[in-house]
Amino acid sequence: MNQEQQDNLQNAQEQGVRQKIARMDEVILLDFWVSMFGMRVRIALAEKGIKYEYKEEDLRNKSVLLLQMNPIHKKIPVLIHNGKPISESLIIVQYVDEVWNEKAPLLPSDPYQRAQARFWADFIDKKMYDAGRNVWTTKGEEQEAAKKEFLGNLKLLETELGNKPYFGGDSFGFVDIALIGFSCWFHAYETFGNFSIEAECPKLIAWAKRCMEKESVSKSLADEKKVYEFVSRMRNKLGIE
Amino acid sequence: MAEEVKLFGAWGSAFSLRVDIALKLKGINYEYHEEDLFNKSSLLIKYNPIHKKVPVLVHHDKPLAESQVILEYIDETWENYPILPKDPYERAKARFWARFIDDKCFPAIWKAYWSKDEREKAVEELIELLKFLENELDDNFFGGETVGLVDIVGNIIAHWLPALHEVAGVEILTEEKFPKLCRWSHEFVNHSVVKEVLPSREKLIAFLRDRLESRSS
Repeated sequence: MNQEQQDNLQNAQEQGVRQKIARMDEVILLDFWVSMFGMRVRIALAEKGIKYEYKEEDLRNKSVLLLQMNPIHKKIPVLIHNGKPISESLIIVQYVDEVWNEKAPLLPSDPYQRAQARFWADFIDKKMYDAGRNVWTTKGEEQEAAKKEFLGNLKLLETELGNKPYFGGDSFGFVDIALIGFSCWFHAYETFGNFSIEAECPKLIAWAKRCMEKESVSKSLADEKKVYEFVSRMRNKLGIE
Repeated sequence: MAEEVKLFGAWGSAFSLRVDIALKLKGINYEYHEEDLFNKSSLLIKYNPIHKKVPVLVHHDKPLAESQVILEYIDETWENYPILPKDPYERAKARFWARFIDDKCFPAIWKAYWSKDEREKAVEELIELLKFLENELDDNFFGGETVGLVDIVGNIIAHWLPALHEVAGVEILTEEKFPKLCRWSHEFVNHSVVKEVLPSREKLIAFLRDRLESRSS
């Protein structure tokens, strides 16, 4: 590169930096299309009407940016807000709620209700992913046990929902956001587990359909058939018949 | 008005102690109920039917479970001596490290001390995890100049880990490898409020030794 080219490059880079600083709110989401955890963040950002740049990660070949922004877990989702990274989906959702607090509150205002919302979101985090994964990665007796545990957890959640339209009561909120991403995985769980979630938890399926009527949800969830195909490929990779 | 706030805990449980610490830091009067974890009270089961564990906080007859959920509730209800920062990004960082300690460090500690087969691998893992915490420490406490959420959740590292050293003979938190964490641990256990509620080191060692022996028999 000659001197002129070098100067031009430096000018362009400096201008890029100045433009970056001038932008009020730069929001980037590092995500993976099928992740029910990434979906939580997409939904929260959509609920708040926040413009952001979506970056799809190849989890077999993680980007330098992801490894820099989440060096400890190296996982998605990661939200990068004006250059500062936030990891862990439920932590990100709470962050989004606290920063963009002028509209669409995601957590209740009452401290006790808020604590209950955190409790149930924590329950979903502790119980749902592994139980669901066990349903499509095992067979025979192991799978039967996995299905029992999975449905048991869903039934507890269904009881908690009760007759409310959403876990948040009249409005869609934190616990709804924590759980709804799993609903686009139900078809895959049902097919590989050979069972019907609707038969066991009809109220929960009704709740999921209600949530899907919201644009923030329908635009954020993956298509259940594509999720099924993804899980199918994963099973092949793992050598599961 | 001490009956307004009740804590169901268990001696020797780091998780239930966290709530004692938070309540004491904020100067809140409360009624403590000791639970026998091998013979749980019907009240505990009623208040925490999902996990059936301690700690459970009951405030105005409304129960809450899960130590980190309880800590945030306490912080939001009693605003003196804040244990979480005000800034959303700093709050997110505090929550991240608190989760890191419970989701990653705690299982590794458990395996490193209780499981003979998986011990070596768990020790290696724990050392790697503690390095992240070592690097994160900038001040006297994770909370800055005062004890905060991460310090309280870190009680298992500050007080239980050194006790487990004695019991299982596996030393991980050395001055050589973790100078900042060791100093922090010392600051934490000697903090004027924390040391009032912390179980005595000797009693804790005896308690943990008992449990280790009854597990292996």
